Amino acid sequence: MEKVHISSQFDADLELVRSRLLQMGGMVEEQLRNAIAVYTGADRKLAEQIKTVEESINMLEIELDDRCTHLIARRQPTAGDLRLIMAVIKITTDLERIGDEAAKIGRIGTQMHDQGLVKMFGFSDVHVCANMAIGMLKDSLDAFARMDSVAAERIVKQDQLIDNEFRSILRELITFMMEDPRTISTALGVVWIAKALERVGDHAKNIGEYVIYVAEGTDVRHSISAAGSVL
Amino acid sequence: MVTNMPNAALQTAPTSTIKADIRNFNFFYGDFQALKNVNMSIEEGRVTALIGPSGCGKSTFLRCFNRMHDLYPGNRYEGEIVFHPDNTNLLAADVDPIEVRMRVGMVFQKPNPFPKSIFENVAYGLRVRGESKRSVLEEKVEQALNNAALWNEAKDRLHEPAYNLSGGQQQRLWAKDRLHEPAYNLSGGQQQRLCIARCLATDPEMILFDEPTSALDPIATASIEELIDTLRGKVTILIVTHSMQQAARVSDFTAYMYLGEMIEYGKTDDIFVKPRDKRTEDYITGKFG
Repeated sequence: MEKVHISSQFDADLELVRSRLLQMGGMVEEQLRNAIAVYTGADRKLAEQIKTVEESINMLEIELDDRCTHLIARRQPTAGDLRLIMAVIKITTDLERIGDEAAKIGRIGTQMHDQGLVKMFGFSDVHVCANMAIGMLKDSLDAFARMDSVAAERIVKQDQLIDNEFRSILRELITFMMEDPRTISTALGVVWIAKALERVGDHAKNIGEYVIYVAEGTDVRHSISAAGSVL
Repeated sequence: MVTNMPNAALQTAPTSTIKADIRNFNFFYGDFQALKNVNMSIEEGRVTALIGPSGCGKSTFLRCFNRMHDLYPGNRYEGEIVFHPDNTNLLAADVDPIEVRMRVGMVFQKPNPFPKSIFENVAYGLRVRGESKRSVLEEKVEQALNNAALWNEAKDRLHEPAYNLSGGQQQRLWAKDRLHEPAYNLSGGQQQRLCIARCLATDPEMILFDEPTSALDPIATASIEELIDTLRGKVTILIVTHSMQQAARVSDFTAYMYLGEMIEYGKTDDIFVKPRDKRTEDYITGKFG
Protein backbone atom coordinates (compact mmCIF):
# COMPACT_ATOMS: atom_id res chain seq x y z
CA MET A 1 0.00 0.00 0.00
CA GLU A 2 1.29 3.45 -0.93
CA LYS A 3 1.97 5.43 2.20
CA VAL A 4 0.23 8.71 2.74
CA HIS A 5 1.19 11.77 4.75
CA ILE A 6 0.00 12.05 8.31
CA SER A 7 -1.31 15.43 7.22
CA SER A 8 -3.99 14.65 4.65
CA GLN A 9 -4.07 18.32 3.68
CA PHE A 10 -0.40 18.04 2.64
CA ASP A 11 -1.33 15.07 0.45
CA ALA A 12 -4.20 17.02 -1.05
CA ASP A 13 -1.99 20.06 -1.71
CA LEU A 14 0.70 17.96 -3.40
CA GLU A 15 -1.91 16.15 -5.49
CA LEU A 16 -3.41 19.46 -6.56
CA VAL A 17 0.00 20.74 -7.68
CA ARG A 18 0.59 17.52 -9.63
CA SER A 19 -2.79 17.58 -11.32
CA ARG A 20 -2.59 21.29 -12.17
CA LEU A 21 0.82 20.70 -13.76
CA LEU A 22 -0.59 17.87 -15.86
CA GLN A 23 -3.51 20.09 -16.80
CA MET A 24 -1.03 22.77 -17.90
CA GLY A 25 0.86 20.08 -19.85
CA GLY A 26 -2.33 19.04 -21.62
CA MET A 27 -3.07 22.64 -22.61
CA VAL A 28 0.47 23.14 -23.92
CA GLU A 29 0.27 19.91 -25.92
CA GLU A 30 -2.96 21.05 -27.52
CA GLN A 31 -1.44 24.46 -28.29
CA LEU A 32 1.37 22.75 -30.13
CA ARG A 33 -1.03 20.63 -32.19
CA ASN A 34 -3.13 23.70 -32.99
CA ALA A 35 -0.06 25.71 -33.98
CA ILE A 36 0.99 23.02 -36.45
CA ALA A 37 -2.58 22.98 -37.82
CA VAL A 38 -2.37 26.74 -38.35
CA TYR A 39 0.96 26.40 -40.15
CA THR A 40 -0.13 23.58 -42.41
CA GLY A 41 -3.35 25.43 -43.10
CA ALA A 42 -5.50 22.62 -41.70
CA ASP A 43 -7.32 25.09 -39.47
CA ARG A 44 -6.15 28.71 -39.59
CA LYS A 45 -8.95 29.91 -37.31
CA LEU A 46 -7.11 28.29 -34.41
CA ALA A 47 -4.61 31.17 -34.43
CA GLU A 48 -6.88 33.33 -32.28
CA GLN A 49 -7.55 30.50 -29.87
CA ILE A 50 -3.80 29.96 -29.45
CA LYS A 51 -3.38 33.57 -28.29
CA THR A 52 -6.17 33.25 -25.72
CA VAL A 53 -4.96 29.91 -24.36
CA GLU A 54 -1.40 31.22 -24.08
CA GLU A 55 -2.67 33.75 -21.54
CA SER A 56 -4.26 30.95 -19.51
CA ILE A 57 -1.00 28.97 -19.63
CA ASN A 58 0.93 31.99 -18.35
CA MET A 59 -1.58 32.36 -15.51
CA LEU A 60 -1.19 28.66 -14.65
CA GLU A 61 2.58 29.14 -14.45
CA ILE A 62 2.11 31.91 -11.89
CA GLU A 63 -0.47 29.88 -9.97
CA LEU A 64 1.76 26.80 -9.79
CA ASP A 65 4.79 28.81 -8.66
CA ASP A 66 2.64 30.38 -5.97
CA ARG A 67 1.30 27.02 -4.79
CA CYS A 68 4.83 25.58 -4.64
CA THR A 69 6.14 28.60 -2.72
CA HIS A 70 3.37 28.16 -0.15
CA LEU A 71 3.99 24.43 0.12
CA ILE A 72 7.66 25.09 0.89
CA ALA A 73 6.84 27.82 3.39
CA ARG A 74 4.14 25.88 5.21
CA ARG A 75 5.32 22.28 5.01
CA GLN A 76 9.12 22.43 4.74
CA PRO A 77 9.04 19.42 2.42
CA THR A 78 11.93 16.94 2.40
CA ALA A 79 13.21 14.06 0.29
CA GLY A 80 10.75 12.91 -2.43
CA ASP A 81 8.26 15.69 -1.59
CA LEU A 82 10.98 18.33 -1.89
CA ARG A 83 12.23 16.87 -5.16
CA LEU A 84 8.69 16.80 -6.54
CA ILE A 85 8.07 20.44 -5.68
CA MET A 86 11.44 21.52 -7.10
CA ALA A 87 10.67 19.57 -10.28
CA VAL A 88 7.20 21.10 -10.60
CA ILE A 89 8.66 24.61 -10.36
CA LYS A 90 11.12 23.81 -13.11
CA ILE A 91 8.73 21.84 -15.34
CA THR A 92 6.27 24.72 -15.15
CA THR A 93 8.91 26.98 -16.70
CA ASP A 94 9.60 24.47 -19.47
CA LEU A 95 5.89 24.09 -20.21
CA GLU A 96 5.39 27.82 -20.34
CA ARG A 97 8.27 28.10 -22.80
CA ILE A 98 6.82 25.31 -24.96
CA GLY A 99 3.63 27.39 -24.91
CA ASP A 100 5.67 30.36 -26.18
CA GLU A 101 7.17 28.24 -28.95
CA ALA A 102 3.69 27.05 -29.96
CA ALA A 103 2.47 30.65 -30.07
CA LYS A 104 5.50 31.54 -32.18
CA ILE A 105 4.75 28.72 -34.64
CA GLY A 106 1.12 29.89 -34.86
CA ARG A 107 2.22 33.49 -35.46
CA ILE A 108 4.83 32.67 -38.12
CA GLY A 109 2.45 30.19 -39.79
CA THR A 110 -0.25 32.87 -39.99
CA GLN A 111 2.20 35.41 -41.45
CA MET A 112 3.41 32.91 -44.02
CA HIS A 113 -0.15 32.16 -45.07
CA ASP A 114 -0.99 35.86 -45.25
CA GLN A 115 2.01 36.45 -47.49
CA GLY A 116 1.26 33.39 -49.61
CA LEU A 117 4.57 31.78 -48.74
CA VAL A 118 3.52 28.38 -47.56
CA LYS A 119 3.08 26.54 -50.80
CA MET A 120 6.72 26.66 -51.83
CA PHE A 121 7.77 23.61 -49.83
CA GLY A 122 5.86 20.57 -48.70
CA PHE A 123 5.16 20.22 -45.00
CA SER A 124 6.56 16.74 -44.74
CA ASP A 125 9.92 17.56 -43.08
CA VAL A 126 8.38 19.88 -40.53
CA HIS A 127 5.66 17.29 -39.99
CA VAL A 128 8.25 14.72 -38.95
CA CYS A 129 9.83 17.24 -36.59
CA ALA A 130 6.43 18.27 -35.21
CA ASN A 131 5.34 14.70 -34.59
CA MET A 132 8.58 14.01 -32.78
CA ALA A 133 8.23 17.13 -30.61
CA ILE A 134 4.59 16.44 -29.76
CA GLY A 135 5.42 12.79 -29.06
CA MET A 136 8.28 13.72 -26.74
CA LEU A 137 6.13 16.24 -24.87
CA LYS A 138 3.29 13.75 -24.46
CA ASP A 139 5.67 11.01 -23.32
CA SER A 140 7.40 13.33 -20.85
CA LEU A 141 4.05 14.26 -19.30
CA ASP A 142 3.08 10.58 -19.13
CA ALA A 143 6.43 9.81 -17.49
CA PHE A 144 5.75 12.57 -14.95
CA ALA A 145 2.23 11.28 -14.25
CA ARG A 146 3.60 7.78 -13.61
CA MET A 147 6.97 8.91 -12.21
CA ASP A 148 8.46 6.49 -14.70
CA SER A 149 12.21 7.12 -14.83
CA VAL A 150 12.79 4.46 -17.52
CA ALA A 151 10.39 6.20 -19.91
CA ALA A 152 11.96 9.53 -18.93
CA GLU A 153 15.40 8.28 -19.85
CA ARG A 154 14.09 7.24 -23.28
CA ILE A 155 12.84 10.79 -23.85
CA VAL A 156 16.19 12.26 -22.84
CA LYS A 157 17.86 10.10 -25.47
CA GLN A 158 15.25 10.95 -28.14
CA ASP A 159 16.26 14.59 -28.10
CA GLN A 160 19.24 13.71 -30.29
CA LEU A 161 16.87 12.50 -33.02
CA ILE A 162 14.93 15.74 -33.20
CA ASP A 163 18.21 17.70 -33.23
CA ASN A 164 19.33 15.59 -36.21
CA GLU A 165 16.02 16.19 -37.95
CA PHE A 166 16.35 19.94 -37.46
CA ARG A 167 19.86 19.92 -38.94
CA SER A 168 18.62 17.92 -41.89
CA ILE A 169 15.82 20.47 -42.54
CA LEU A 170 18.36 23.28 -42.27
CA ARG A 171 20.71 21.68 -44.80
CA GLU A 172 17.86 21.12 -47.20
CA LEU A 173 16.62 24.71 -46.93
CA ILE A 174 20.13 26.13 -47.35
CA THR A 175 20.36 24.23 -50.61
CA PHE A 176 17.03 25.72 -51.76
CA MET A 177 18.09 29.23 -50.76
CA MET A 178 21.42 28.92 -52.58
CA GLU A 179 19.74 27.66 -55.72
CA ASP A 180 16.97 30.25 -55.76
CA PRO A 181 17.11 33.39 -53.58
CA ARG A 182 13.34 33.87 -54.06
CA THR A 183 12.82 31.03 -51.61
CA ILE A 184 14.70 32.81 -48.81
CA SER A 185 11.68 34.42 -47.10
CA THR A 186 9.73 31.21 -47.06
CA ALA A 187 12.73 29.12 -46.08
CA LEU A 188 13.49 31.41 -43.14
CA GLY A 189 9.93 31.02 -41.91
CA VAL A 190 10.27 27.24 -42.06
CA VAL A 191 13.62 27.45 -40.25
CA TRP A 192 12.03 29.43 -37.38
CA ILE A 193 9.28 26.86 -37.10
CA ALA A 194 11.67 23.91 -37.23
CA LYS A 195 13.88 25.62 -34.64
CA ALA A 196 10.86 26.17 -32.39
CA LEU A 197 10.05 22.45 -32.65
CA GLU A 198 13.63 21.55 -31.87
CA ARG A 199 13.40 23.75 -28.74
CA VAL A 200 10.20 21.94 -27.74
CA GLY A 201 12.27 18.73 -27.87
CA ASP A 202 14.84 20.34 -25.55
CA HIS A 203 12.13 21.32 -23.07
CA ALA A 204 10.58 17.83 -23.20
CA LYS A 205 14.03 16.43 -22.53
CA ASN A 206 14.34 18.75 -19.50
CA ILE A 207 11.01 17.44 -18.20
CA GLY A 208 12.34 13.89 -18.61
CA GLU A 209 15.42 14.82 -16.60
CA TYR A 210 13.29 16.27 -13.80
CA VAL A 211 11.20 13.08 -13.70
CA ILE A 212 14.42 11.09 -13.22
CA TYR A 213 15.40 13.52 -10.45
CA VAL A 214 12.11 13.07 -8.62
CA ALA A 215 11.97 9.30 -9.06
CA GLU A 216 15.63 8.43 -8.50
CA GLY A 217 17.08 11.48 -6.75
CA THR A 218 19.75 11.70 -9.44
CA ASP A 219 20.47 14.89 -11.31
CA VAL A 220 21.26 13.80 -14.88
CA ARG A 221 21.30 17.26 -16.46
CA HIS A 222 24.31 17.94 -18.64
CA SER A 223 25.47 14.36 -18.24
CA ILE A 224 24.48 12.88 -21.59
CA SER A 225 27.37 11.40 -23.50
CA ALA A 226 27.87 11.87 -27.24
CA ALA A 227 26.47 8.39 -27.79
CA GLY A 228 23.27 9.55 -26.16
CA SER A 229 23.47 7.41 -23.07
CA VAL A 230 22.92 8.83 -19.61
CA LEU A 231 26.23 8.78 -17.78
CA MET B 1 32.38 7.48 2.28
CA VAL B 2 28.92 7.32 3.73
CA THR B 3 27.22 4.03 3.17
CA ASN B 4 23.94 2.56 4.16
CA MET B 5 24.91 -0.81 5.46
CA PRO B 6 22.95 -3.27 7.48
CA ASN B 7 23.25 -2.76 11.18
CA ALA B 8 25.74 -5.54 11.54
CA ALA B 9 28.23 -3.72 9.37
CA LEU B 10 30.13 -0.64 10.44
CA GLN B 11 28.52 2.55 9.23
CA THR B 12 31.18 5.09 8.61
CA ALA B 13 30.33 8.69 8.05
CA PRO B 14 33.35 10.35 6.86
CA THR B 15 36.73 11.05 5.70
CA SER B 16 38.27 13.35 8.30
CA THR B 17 39.14 12.67 11.94
CA ILE B 18 36.89 10.33 13.84
CA LYS B 19 36.09 11.30 17.43
CA ALA B 20 34.15 8.23 18.43
CA ASP B 21 33.61 4.76 17.05
CA ILE B 22 30.52 2.93 18.16
CA ARG B 23 30.96 -0.78 17.61
CA ASN B 24 28.40 -3.57 17.90
CA PHE B 25 26.63 -1.54 20.51
CA ASN B 26 23.61 -2.86 22.41
CA PHE B 27 21.85 -1.43 25.40
CA PHE B 28 19.38 -3.10 27.75
CA TYR B 29 16.96 -1.69 30.32
CA GLY B 30 16.81 -4.91 32.33
CA ASP B 31 15.40 -7.47 29.89
CA PHE B 32 14.35 -4.89 27.33
CA GLN B 33 16.82 -4.29 24.55
CA ALA B 34 16.58 -0.57 23.71
CA LEU B 35 19.47 -0.38 21.23
CA LYS B 36 20.27 -3.08 18.72
CA ASN B 37 23.70 -3.52 17.25
CA VAL B 38 24.46 0.11 16.52
CA ASN B 39 27.61 0.78 14.51
CA MET B 40 28.71 4.25 13.52
CA SER B 41 31.63 6.65 13.51
CA ILE B 42 31.22 10.22 14.71
CA GLU B 43 33.36 12.91 13.12
CA GLU B 44 35.39 15.22 15.30
CA GLY B 45 34.26 18.84 15.50
CA ARG B 46 31.08 18.19 13.55
CA VAL B 47 27.44 18.24 14.53
CA THR B 48 25.67 14.89 14.32
CA ALA B 49 21.89 14.83 14.75
CA LEU B 50 19.91 11.82 15.93
CA ILE B 51 16.35 11.77 14.68
CA GLY B 52 13.53 9.25 14.93
CA PRO B 53 10.09 8.79 16.45
CA SER B 54 9.53 8.79 20.21
CA GLY B 55 10.82 5.65 21.83
CA CYS B 56 13.24 4.80 19.02
CA GLY B 57 16.20 4.93 21.39
CA LYS B 58 17.87 8.16 20.38
CA SER B 59 17.92 9.69 23.88
CA THR B 60 18.93 6.31 25.31
CA PHE B 61 21.80 6.24 22.83
CA LEU B 62 22.82 9.80 23.66
CA ARG B 63 22.91 9.09 27.37
CA CYS B 64 25.23 6.14 26.86
CA PHE B 65 27.97 8.57 25.87
CA ASN B 66 28.30 9.95 29.37
CA ARG B 67 27.35 6.77 31.19
CA MET B 68 24.19 8.28 32.58
CA HIS B 69 22.54 4.86 32.57
CA ASP B 70 25.04 3.75 35.22
CA LEU B 71 22.92 5.62 37.74
CA TYR B 72 20.13 3.03 37.54
CA PRO B 73 20.51 -0.64 38.41
CA GLY B 74 19.67 -3.28 35.81
CA ASN B 75 20.90 -1.26 32.84
CA ARG B 76 23.48 -3.00 30.72
CA TYR B 77 25.79 -2.00 27.86
CA GLU B 78 27.26 -4.33 25.26
CA GLY B 79 29.85 -3.40 22.67
CA GLU B 80 32.06 -0.33 22.66
CA ILE B 81 32.06 3.43 22.40
CA VAL B 82 35.68 4.15 21.63
CA PHE B 83 36.93 7.70 22.01
CA HIS B 84 39.88 8.88 19.94
CA PRO B 85 42.72 9.72 19.88
CA ASP B 86 43.38 7.75 23.09
CA ASN B 87 41.18 4.79 22.04
CA THR B 88 39.41 4.72 25.38
CA ASN B 89 36.29 2.59 25.55
CA LEU B 90 33.98 4.87 27.52
CA LEU B 91 31.96 1.86 28.65
CA ALA B 92 34.88 -0.13 30.04
CA ALA B 93 34.49 -1.09 33.69
CA ASP B 94 37.80 0.45 34.63
CA VAL B 95 36.91 3.85 33.16
CA ASP B 96 35.56 6.23 35.80
CA PRO B 97 32.10 7.60 34.79
CA ILE B 98 33.00 10.92 36.42
CA GLU B 99 36.01 11.20 34.15
CA VAL B 100 33.77 10.32 31.17
CA ARG B 101 31.39 13.12 32.14
CA MET B 102 34.30 15.56 32.22
CA ARG B 103 35.07 14.62 28.64
CA VAL B 104 31.45 14.46 27.54
CA GLY B 105 29.15 17.29 28.65
CA MET B 106 25.40 17.26 28.42
CA VAL B 107 22.66 19.83 27.89
CA PHE B 108 19.09 18.80 28.63
CA GLN B 109 15.65 19.58 27.29
CA LYS B 110 14.84 22.05 30.01
CA PRO B 111 17.52 24.44 31.24
CA ASN B 112 18.69 23.14 34.62
CA PRO B 113 20.97 25.74 36.16
CA PHE B 114 22.00 25.10 39.76
CA PRO B 115 20.41 27.37 42.37
CA LYS B 116 23.56 29.42 42.45
CA SER B 117 24.87 32.53 40.79
CA ILE B 118 25.70 32.66 37.11
CA PHE B 119 29.37 32.64 38.03
CA GLU B 120 29.12 29.65 40.35
CA ASN B 121 27.11 27.67 37.80
CA VAL B 122 29.89 27.98 35.26
CA ALA B 123 32.68 27.52 37.80
CA TYR B 124 31.03 24.41 39.30
CA GLY B 125 32.69 21.81 37.10
CA LEU B 126 36.05 23.43 37.58
CA ARG B 127 35.64 23.44 41.36
CA VAL B 128 34.64 19.76 41.27
CA ARG B 129 37.87 19.18 39.43
CA GLY B 130 39.70 20.83 42.31
CA GLU B 131 40.37 24.21 40.78
CA SER B 132 40.18 26.86 43.47
CA LYS B 133 42.37 29.65 42.21
CA ARG B 134 40.15 32.70 41.78
CA SER B 135 42.01 34.11 38.77
CA VAL B 136 41.82 30.79 36.90
CA LEU B 137 38.14 30.43 37.69
CA GLU B 138 37.39 33.96 36.55
CA GLU B 139 39.27 33.50 33.34
CA LYS B 140 37.60 30.18 32.58
CA VAL B 141 34.14 31.51 33.44
CA GLU B 142 34.62 34.49 31.17
CA GLN B 143 35.87 32.26 28.36
CA ALA B 144 32.99 29.81 28.72
CA LEU B 145 30.37 32.57 28.90
CA ASN B 146 31.97 34.17 25.89
CA ASN B 147 31.86 30.94 23.96
CA ALA B 148 28.24 30.49 24.95
CA ALA B 149 27.48 34.02 23.70
CA LEU B 150 26.36 35.01 27.17
CA TRP B 151 29.26 37.09 28.44
CA ASN B 152 28.03 40.42 27.19
CA GLU B 153 24.65 39.78 28.74
CA ALA B 154 25.92 38.47 32.07
CA LYS B 155 29.19 40.14 32.90
CA ASP B 156 27.57 43.10 34.59
CA ARG B 157 25.52 40.91 36.88
CA LEU B 158 28.26 38.79 38.32
CA HIS B 159 27.82 39.68 41.95
CA GLU B 160 24.28 40.82 42.50
CA PRO B 161 21.44 38.95 44.13
CA ALA B 162 18.34 40.09 42.34
CA TYR B 163 15.49 37.94 43.66
CA ASN B 164 14.08 40.67 45.84
CA LEU B 165 14.41 43.56 43.46
CA SER B 166 11.59 45.21 41.59
CA GLY B 167 11.31 44.82 37.85
CA GLY B 168 12.71 48.28 37.24
CA GLN B 169 15.62 47.71 39.58
CA GLN B 170 16.31 44.41 37.89
CA GLN B 171 16.34 46.14 34.55
CA ARG B 172 18.90 48.66 35.80
CA LEU B 173 21.04 45.97 37.39
CA TRP B 174 20.80 43.95 34.23
CA ALA B 175 22.79 46.62 32.52
CA LYS B 176 25.25 46.95 35.37
CA ASP B 177 26.60 43.77 36.82
CA ARG B 178 24.96 40.36 36.62
CA LEU B 179 27.48 37.63 37.01
CA HIS B 180 26.73 36.95 40.67
CA GLU B 181 23.01 37.09 40.26
CA PRO B 182 21.11 33.85 40.65
CA ALA B 183 21.05 32.01 37.34
CA TYR B 184 17.27 31.72 37.65
CA ASN B 185 17.01 35.42 36.86
CA LEU B 186 18.04 34.71 33.31
CA SER B 187 15.46 34.04 30.62
CA GLY B 188 14.88 30.47 29.43
CA GLY B 189 17.10 30.85 26.42
CA GLN B 190 19.82 32.50 28.49
CA GLN B 191 19.58 29.75 31.10
CA GLN B 192 20.06 27.17 28.37
CA ARG B 193 23.10 29.04 27.09
CA LEU B 194 24.35 29.17 30.68
CA CYS B 195 24.05 25.38 30.84
CA ILE B 196 26.07 25.20 27.64
CA ALA B 197 28.65 27.55 29.19
CA ARG B 198 28.75 25.27 32.24
CA CYS B 199 29.57 22.40 29.89
CA LEU B 200 32.16 24.38 27.99
CA ALA B 201 34.00 25.47 31.16
CA THR B 202 35.52 22.02 31.62
CA ASP B 203 36.70 21.87 27.99
CA PRO B 204 34.74 18.75 27.03
CA GLU B 205 35.59 16.87 23.86
CA MET B 206 31.95 16.19 23.11
CA ILE B 207 28.68 17.82 24.11
CA LEU B 208 25.41 15.93 24.07
CA PHE B 209 22.28 17.97 23.43
CA ASP B 210 19.02 16.27 24.34
CA GLU B 211 16.30 18.31 22.62
CA PRO B 212 17.93 21.53 23.82
CA THR B 213 15.36 23.90 22.37
CA SER B 214 12.06 22.10 22.84
CA ALA B 215 11.21 24.32 25.81
CA LEU B 216 12.30 27.55 24.11
CA ASP B 217 10.62 30.10 21.87
CA PRO B 218 11.77 30.57 18.25
CA ILE B 219 14.10 33.48 19.07
CA ALA B 220 15.83 31.64 21.93
CA THR B 221 15.92 28.53 19.71
CA ALA B 222 17.65 30.50 16.98
CA SER B 223 20.26 31.77 19.44
CA ILE B 224 20.99 28.23 20.64
CA GLU B 225 21.29 27.04 17.05
CA GLU B 226 23.59 29.97 16.30
CA LEU B 227 25.67 28.96 19.32
CA ILE B 228 25.87 25.35 18.12
CA ASP B 229 27.05 26.72 14.81
CA THR B 230 29.87 28.69 16.45
CA LEU B 231 30.93 25.60 18.41
CA ARG B 232 31.30 23.64 15.18
CA GLY B 233 34.95 22.77 14.69
CA LYS B 234 35.77 23.34 18.36
CA VAL B 235 33.86 20.50 19.96
CA THR B 236 32.09 17.39 18.71
CA ILE B 237 28.35 17.71 19.09
CA LEU B 238 25.70 15.04 19.23
CA ILE B 239 22.16 16.37 19.25
CA VAL B 240 18.82 14.64 19.68
CA THR B 241 15.97 16.63 18.24
CA HIS B 242 12.34 16.05 17.41
CA SER B 243 12.43 18.93 14.99
CA MET B 244 13.61 17.65 11.64
CA GLN B 245 13.99 21.19 10.43
CA GLN B 246 16.36 21.80 13.32
CA ALA B 247 18.38 18.70 12.44
CA ALA B 248 18.49 19.92 8.84
CA ARG B 249 19.58 23.39 9.94
CA VAL B 250 22.29 22.62 12.47
CA SER B 251 23.81 19.24 11.70
CA ASP B 252 26.51 18.03 9.34
CA PHE B 253 25.48 14.40 9.70
CA THR B 254 22.14 12.86 10.53
CA ALA B 255 21.29 9.43 11.85
CA TYR B 256 17.77 8.06 11.65
CA MET B 257 16.86 5.57 14.36
CA TYR B 258 13.81 3.35 14.57
CA LEU B 259 12.91 0.74 17.19
CA GLY B 260 16.44 0.77 18.60
CA GLU B 261 18.13 0.31 15.24
CA MET B 262 20.30 2.73 13.32
CA ILE B 263 18.42 2.73 10.01
CA GLU B 264 20.42 5.27 8.07
CA TYR B 265 23.38 7.49 8.80
CA GLY B 266 24.88 9.95 6.38
CA LYS B 267 25.44 13.55 5.41
CA THR B 268 22.51 15.74 6.40
CA ASP B 269 22.23 17.10 2.85
CA ASP B 270 21.79 13.57 1.52
CA ILE B 271 19.39 12.39 4.22
CA PHE B 272 17.01 15.30 3.68
CA VAL B 273 17.10 15.37 -0.12
CA LYS B 274 17.78 11.80 -1.11
CA PRO B 275 17.51 9.30 1.74
CA ARG B 276 18.47 5.78 0.74
CA ASP B 277 16.15 3.89 3.04
CA LYS B 278 12.39 3.98 2.47
CA ARG B 279 11.82 4.07 6.23
CA THR B 280 13.90 7.24 6.53
CA GLU B 281 12.01 8.84 3.67
CA ASP B 282 8.65 7.96 5.22
CA TYR B 283 9.69 9.44 8.56
CA ILE B 284 11.14 12.70 7.32
CA THR B 285 8.31 13.30 4.88
CA GLY B 286 5.75 12.50 7.57
CA LYS B 287 4.15 9.45 5.98
CA PHE B 288 2.45 6.43 7.46
CA GLY B 289 0.37 3.48 6.28
